[in-house]
Amino acid sequence: MIEEGLKNELQKQGVYVTSLQELYNWGRANSVWPLTFGLACCAIEMMAASMSRFDLARFGAEVFRPSPRQADLMIVAGTVTKKMAPLVVRLYNQMPEPKYVIAMGACAISGGPFKQGYNVLKGIDRYLPVDVAIPGCPPRPEALIHAIMTLQEKIRNQKLTGPDRPRHLNADVEGEYPVPAYGKHDLEPPKNPDLWNPPTMTRK
Amino acid sequence: METPEQIKARLEAALPSAKIEILANECALGERSLLVDAASGFAVAKFFRDDAQLKLDYCSNVTGVDWPETEITEKIKVKQVVDGLEKEVEEVKKTIRPGYLEVVYHLYSMALKHGPVVLRMRTENRAGQTHLPSLTPIWRGAEFQEREIFDLYGVIFDGHPDLRRILMWDEFVGFPMRRDYVDPDDYEYEPTPHDEVFDKAKKHYPVEVKAEVKPEVKA
Repeated sequence: MIEEGLKNELQKQGVYVTSLQELYNWGRANSVWPLTFGLACCAIEMMAASMSRFDLARFGAEVFRPSPRQADLMIVAGTVTKKMAPLVVRLYNQMPEPKYVIAMGACAISGGPFKQGYNVLKGIDRYLPVDVAIPGCPPRPEALIHAIMTLQEKIRNQKLTGPDRPRHLNADVEGEYPVPAYGKHDLEPPKNPDLWNPPTMTRK
Repeated sequence: METPEQIKARLEAALPSAKIEILANECALGERSLLVDAASGFAVAKFFRDDAQLKLDYCSNVTGVDWPETEITEKIKVKQVVDGLEKEVEEVKKTIRPGYLEVVYHLYSMALKHGPVVLRMRTENRAGQTHLPSLTPIWRGAEFQEREIFDLYGVIFDGHPDLRRILMWDEFVGFPMRRDYVDPDDYEYEPTPHDEVFDKAKKHYPVEVKAEVKPEVKA
């Protein structure tokens, strides 16, 4: 591993040195291809973000792929109904590793204004590992761009070796998540207990 | 356009078997509607569409309404003989109105540019006899809306070409838009609960440990 100071010195002399990890993460971070898929009004903002005014292409994320097999990033943009949730999880399972999830907007985070509805999932984090959550109803395109930049930072800082290495480099970790089944009143199970459990709150 | 009374009179002349009632509306607009019995609902709808003066060719909206069983209290003045004198005494009369499901159609005419005529039909009860004639064969646009009413209220539309659940999944049991529907209990995480949500979230709160901390007294 080369020291940061020495690297800078060498760069001044015109010698560019990098590590495989840096190169690998640089490549991944600058070509995060999202899956073309929107669930509600947040998807309109997502589309706006990819258009010329906000120009998501500057961050290498403009190639919205129409197939999960080619996508790296799932932007859960909108209300996830209980009828839609198994399909969202299935799409995620079909994406190749490495894959990331952005929960865009209040609905994808917690159910938002529809939280008390009988048919709305109270946050996609009950079934999928969310990397970045964007609050807002809906979030502006700048917020989505910020989320993608946050994700890029996360990718750039991932270590390829060691116990904290990403999931796709760890053969012991399963990349697929169980798809919930349609029950009589709710999804079964209503949450993935390995991923999400209600936080314990102290109340007075 | 004709008044509900005129429509009713012409309907009764054309379809003698139909039982039609004009329902008042208490809202500001005061739009009255025609309540038709389920048996002649289809014939009435056909009359509405084909009649030269009405020509209601456009079904703009179909809605379901759930009317649960309610107790109606009325104050009635009853004449009673008390101590040989006749007196008027107020009595509270309680009647139980059985529950039913109602379907409301809003009909317009594109050809004659008038409307709406509001058509209502009611089911026998809310439990077993929830059959009503489907008006999809007359107004094709009612198809999805009738499916939605079937899905959320449980009205069974006889003669509907494809009566399946439309919003909820097929395995779903119950009718969520009914007043007595109990929604699934997933209120385990409510950071800022209030009102009904607070009552539901309370069930998930950990059992309070009421162990009073006694101040230690040094001997």
